[in-house]
Amino acid sequence: MSTVKIADANPGRKLFSTKFATSVVWIITVFWTVPTFGLFASSFRNKQDIFLSGWWNIFVAPNLTLGNYRAVLFGSSSSTLSDGVLPYLMNSIVITIPAVIFPVMIATMAAYCLAWVKFKGSDALFFFIFALQVVPIQMSLVPLLQLFTGGAHIGGVTIIPKLGIAGEFAGIWLPHTMFALPLAIYLLHNFIASLPRDLMEAAHVDGANHFKVFRQIVIPLSIPAIAAFAIFQFLWVWNDLLVALTFASGTEEVAPINVKLASLVGQWGSGWETLTAGAFVTIAIPLLVFFSLQRFFVRGLLAGSVK
Amino acid sequence: MNSFFSTNLPKFGQVIIAIAGFFAVLLLIFYIAGKANGRKQRPIAIITLLGPAMVLLFAGLIIPAIQTILFSFKDANSVKFIGFRNYAWLFNNADMRKVFFNTMLWIVITPFATTALGLFLAIMLDRMKRESLAKSLLFMPMAISFVGASVIWKFVYDYAVPSKPQTGLLSTIVRSLGFAPSNWILTQPLNTFLLMIIFIWVQTGFAMVILSAAIKAVPADIVEASALDGAFGWRLFRWITFPMVRSTFIVVLATMLVTSLKLFDIVRTMTGGNFGTSVISNEMYSEVFVRFDTGRGSALAVILFVFVTPILVYNIRNLRRERTIA
Amino acid sequence: MIVRRKGLLAYVGVGIVSLLATFITTVAPADAAINCNKVIGSGYAQLKGKTVTMFTSILDPELSKYQKALASFTTCTGIKVKMEGSNQFEALLPVRVKGGNAPDIAIIPQPGLLAQMVATGKAVVAPAKTLANVNKYWSAGWKGYGSVKGKFYASPNSANMKSLVWYSPKQFAKAGYSVPTTWNQMIALADKMAAASQTAFCGGIGSGGATGWPATDWLEEVVVRQFGAKVYADWISHKVKFSDPKIIAAMNTVSNWMKNPKYVGDVKAIATTTFQSAGLGIPSGSCMMLQQASFYAAQYPAGTDVSKNGDVWAFYLPAISPSVKTPVEGGGEFFAAFSKRPEVQELQNYLSTPQWAINRIATAGPGGGWLSANSGVPLSAYKNPLDQLSAKYLADKKSTFVFDASDAMPAAVGAGTEWTQLTSWFADGKSTADVAKAIDDSWPAS
Repeated sequence: MSTVKIADANPGRKLFSTKFATSVVWIITVFWTVPTFGLFASSFRNKQDIFLSGWWNIFVAPNLTLGNYRAVLFGSSSSTLSDGVLPYLMNSIVITIPAVIFPVMIATMAAYCLAWVKFKGSDALFFFIFALQVVPIQMSLVPLLQLFTGGAHIGGVTIIPKLGIAGEFAGIWLPHTMFALPLAIYLLHNFIASLPRDLMEAAHVDGANHFKVFRQIVIPLSIPAIAAFAIFQFLWVWNDLLVALTFASGTEEVAPINVKLASLVGQWGSGWETLTAGAFVTIAIPLLVFFSLQRFFVRGLLAGSVK
Repeated sequence: MNSFFSTNLPKFGQVIIAIAGFFAVLLLIFYIAGKANGRKQRPIAIITLLGPAMVLLFAGLIIPAIQTILFSFKDANSVKFIGFRNYAWLFNNADMRKVFFNTMLWIVITPFATTALGLFLAIMLDRMKRESLAKSLLFMPMAISFVGASVIWKFVYDYAVPSKPQTGLLSTIVRSLGFAPSNWILTQPLNTFLLMIIFIWVQTGFAMVILSAAIKAVPADIVEASALDGAFGWRLFRWITFPMVRSTFIVVLATMLVTSLKLFDIVRTMTGGNFGTSVISNEMYSEVFVRFDTGRGSALAVILFVFVTPILVYNIRNLRRERTIA
Repeated sequence: MIVRRKGLLAYVGVGIVSLLATFITTVAPADAAINCNKVIGSGYAQLKGKTVTMFTSILDPELSKYQKALASFTTCTGIKVKMEGSNQFEALLPVRVKGGNAPDIAIIPQPGLLAQMVATGKAVVAPAKTLANVNKYWSAGWKGYGSVKGKFYASPNSANMKSLVWYSPKQFAKAGYSVPTTWNQMIALADKMAAASQTAFCGGIGSGGATGWPATDWLEEVVVRQFGAKVYADWISHKVKFSDPKIIAAMNTVSNWMKNPKYVGDVKAIATTTFQSAGLGIPSGSCMMLQQASFYAAQYPAGTDVSKNGDVWAFYLPAISPSVKTPVEGGGEFFAAFSKRPEVQELQNYLSTPQWAINRIATAGPGGGWLSANSGVPLSAYKNPLDQLSAKYLADKKSTFVFDASDAMPAAVGAGTEWTQLTSWFADGKSTADVAKAIDDSWPAS
C-alpha cells in the first residue's frame, strides 16, 4: 500500500501505472548494463577467447582466468602491489581531491557573485563564461605550459613569473581547475540564481554582508548542486589522460592510474585484452564516490525555505 | 612496503597542505574584505568573489582562445600570416562538407535524445523502489574511462565474416533473429547513428543525475498542494513539475550540445574518423596533433565557436525572459 | 593571488620530491663488480648525480628492458636515466617541446616528426662523437633519416623489419604447401589456397585514430619491389607523385593482392579488422598468410609455438622485379636531444655504440624482439631465431633497404590523407585514381 501512496506524489510516473513505469525503467536499465556486463565477462577470459568468440560463450563454455586482473594489478614484471598499480592509484587520489575542491569553491563564489551581486555587464560576463566551454582544451595546452615554464612577459616586463610547477601535482591541479570553471559556473549559477530572494534580502536586512550570506545561506542550500557537479568533476579528473600527461609526466611519482593502464597496451597494441580488467579496477572508486554523494540529492532540502 | 609509505604519504601531505592553505586564504580574504563597508563594500565583494575565477579563466582559456583565432590565419607552423586560406581550404574540401554535415547531425540529435531520456528516467525513478541501484547502473557508463567504453562497444558492434564465429553482440542478435548481419561500423549512414548511441549511453547518466537533483529540489509541499487541488499525472507534470525544472532542463541541454560538439574520442577510437563518420572536433585533433597543421586545426576550432553562437543567443534570451518573469 | 600561493606550494612539492629522489638513489644497489671498459666502452666522463630524462612511445614491458640495459651506463658514469613512455607520444612531444617542457632526449619513430621538432628550434645537433659512431656503424640511408636539411641530429635506436609474411608451418605442412621465394610463387600459392577454398591472406588495417597504416606498408613494399629504391626515395619527396603511372601500377599490384576477394574474402572487412587481431587465425588455418612486421610476434598469446616448424613463423616477402636485389622495408626510432648538457651528450654517445645495442639485445631475453641496424653488432648477439632472420636482412649490405615511407613523408600525408584515403580504398571501394589524386592534392605546399 505504501508504495502506491509514494507513487501518488510522483507526478510523472502517474502518467502510467506504477508497474508499467517500473518495468520500463528496468528494461532501460538492463539495456544500459548489458554492454558493460559484456566487458565484465570478457575481463575473465583469455586473449584467444576474447578475439575468437563472443563474451556470451562464458555461459556455455566457462574458461575463466584472473590473468587480466593479475596483469593490471601487479604488472608483467613485478609481483607486489606497490610495484604495480598501487602508487598510481595513490597519485590519482592525490590529483583528484584538490582538482575537485578548488574549482567547486571558486565556481560557487563566482556563480553567487554573477547571480546575486549584480553589476553592469554581469549577465554579459556570465554568457561569455558559458561560451568559454567550447574552447577546446587541446588548444590551451601549449600556451598554458609556456606560462608554467616561462611565465608571462610583455616586452621586457614580467607580468607573471615562471611558476615552475610543470611536472608537480600543483601543475595538474591548476589546469584542471581552469578547465572546469566554465561548466561549473554555468551549472551552479543556474541553481544559485533560483534560490529564494526573500531569504537573501532578509539576511541583508539583518546586516549580513555578501560573504556571510555566501557562507551561511548559499553554500548550505547549494549542497545538492555542488555535490552533483563534484561528482562530474571527480569523474572527469579521474578519467583524464591528456592534462596529466601534458602538465606532469608518465612517471611513477605523479602519473595517475589511467596513464598506467593506457601503457599496459604495449607499443604494438599487444596487451589490449588487459584493458577489460583495467576498466573495472578504475571504476571502483568513482562508483564509491557516486554512492556516497548520492545521499545529498534528497528531496526537501529547500522545503520550508520557499516563499 | 616501507618505501611505499615513505613515497606516498608525503603526497597526501601535499594534498592536505594545499586544501588547508586554500581555505585558510579564502577565509582570511573573506574576513578582511568583509571589514569594508559603505560604498566600497560591493566592488570589493565583486572583486573577491569573481576575481579568482576570472584570473584562472584568463590564463587558462581566454588567452589560448585569442591565440587560436590568430593561429587560424597563419600557416601550419604559425609563422606566416596567410589570410583566409585555411578557411578557404575548409570550405572547398568535399570531405570537409561531410564532416560539417555529420557535426550538424550530432548536435541536432544527441543533446535532445540524451536530455529527454535523462528527464524521463529522472521522473520515473523518483521515489521508485531501489532507486539508487537503478540510478547507479544507469550512471555507470559515465564512470567508465573512455578507453574502457571503446572496448565495450567494440564487443557490441564487432563484425566477422559470416563463416566465422561472431564476437559482436549486435551481429549475433540480428543473426539469431534470422537476418544477415552487416559490417555495422562500415555501413553509412547507419554508422554515425551507432556512434551516437554510444554518446547517449555515456551521457544520459549526467542528464539524469542533474535533472533528478532538480526534481528533488521541487518542494514537496507544492506537489502535495497541487495534488490536493486535483492536479495529477500529465497535468501535474506539465504545469507544476516541468516549469520548476525547466531552467535546469535547458542548462543540461546546452551542456550536452557543447559536449557533443567537443567530443571526439568516440569517433576517434571507434572509426578514427573513417567511413564517413568524422566530426569537426576529430578533424581539429587530427590536424593539430597528428598532421601538425596548427593553422587548419585552429580554423576548425574557430568554426566550433561559431556553431555554439545560436545556443548562446537562445540562452541569453531565455535568461532575459526568466528575469522579467521573476 | 591564488596563482602565487600555488607557486609557493610547488616549491614545497619540489622539496619533497627531491628528498624522495635522493632516498630512492641511496637505496638502489650499486653493482660495482662490472668491467666498465668492456661493458660500455671507454672514454665517458664521470658525472655523478646528473640525470637525463628520456621520453618515448615505447611502453612496458619493453620500457623496463631499456632501463635494465641502461643500468651499467649509470653504474659506470654516475649518470641516471629517467625514462617515460606514453602511447600519446606523437601528440605530446610537440606540446611539451613548444611549451618549454621538453625532455632531454626523445626517442622519435618518424623522421617526419624529427623534422617537425627541428623546425621548433629546440632540438640540438648530435655531438661529434655520436656523429663519428653513426658514420662508422650505420649505412648512409639510416644516417639520412636522422638528419634534417643536411645536419645530423639523431642516431638510430632499434630497427624493425617489415618485409615479413606470417604463416603457420604446421598448416602448410598439413596441406603440403611450400614457402614461396618469388612473388609469382606466392600468388600461385594463393591461387592454390583459393581453389581449396581457404582464405589465402589475412588482413586488418584498423588501428583507432591511426587506421590505415598497415595498408601504407603494403603499398610501400610493392613500390620498392617493383621500382627500386630510387623511385621510392623520389616518392617520399613527392618528385614521383601518387598519380604517377609507376605508383598507380604499384597500387594495382596491391589491388590484385590484398584487395582481391579471391584471396582475402571480404575486402571491406579488412578496414574494420584491427591489425592486432588480423593474424590470430593463422595457427588454426582460418586464414593462411599475413604481411606484417617482425613485431607482430608479440600478438600471439603465451603458449603459441613461434618457430620454424611451429604454430606460426614468418617468411621473407619475396621480390617482384629481378633488378631490385632483396628489397627490405624497415622502421625504427631515433634519439633526438633537446639539451647540450654534458650528461645528455655522453648518453647520446653511448647510445650510438655497438656496446649499447649488444647490452640491449641481451636484456631482451630468449623472446627477443629488439633489433639494431648497427653494423657493429654481430648476428650471434641475437638469441631468438626470428630476430636472427630479421637481422640478417637488415644487416645485409647487398639488400635494398628502405625506411617506412609514410613515416618519412610530411605528417599531413603520411599520418593523414594516406591513411584515410587507403582506408577508403578498402572500405568504400574508392577508385585507385581518385585515391591517388586526393593524396596528391593534400601534399603541403612548401
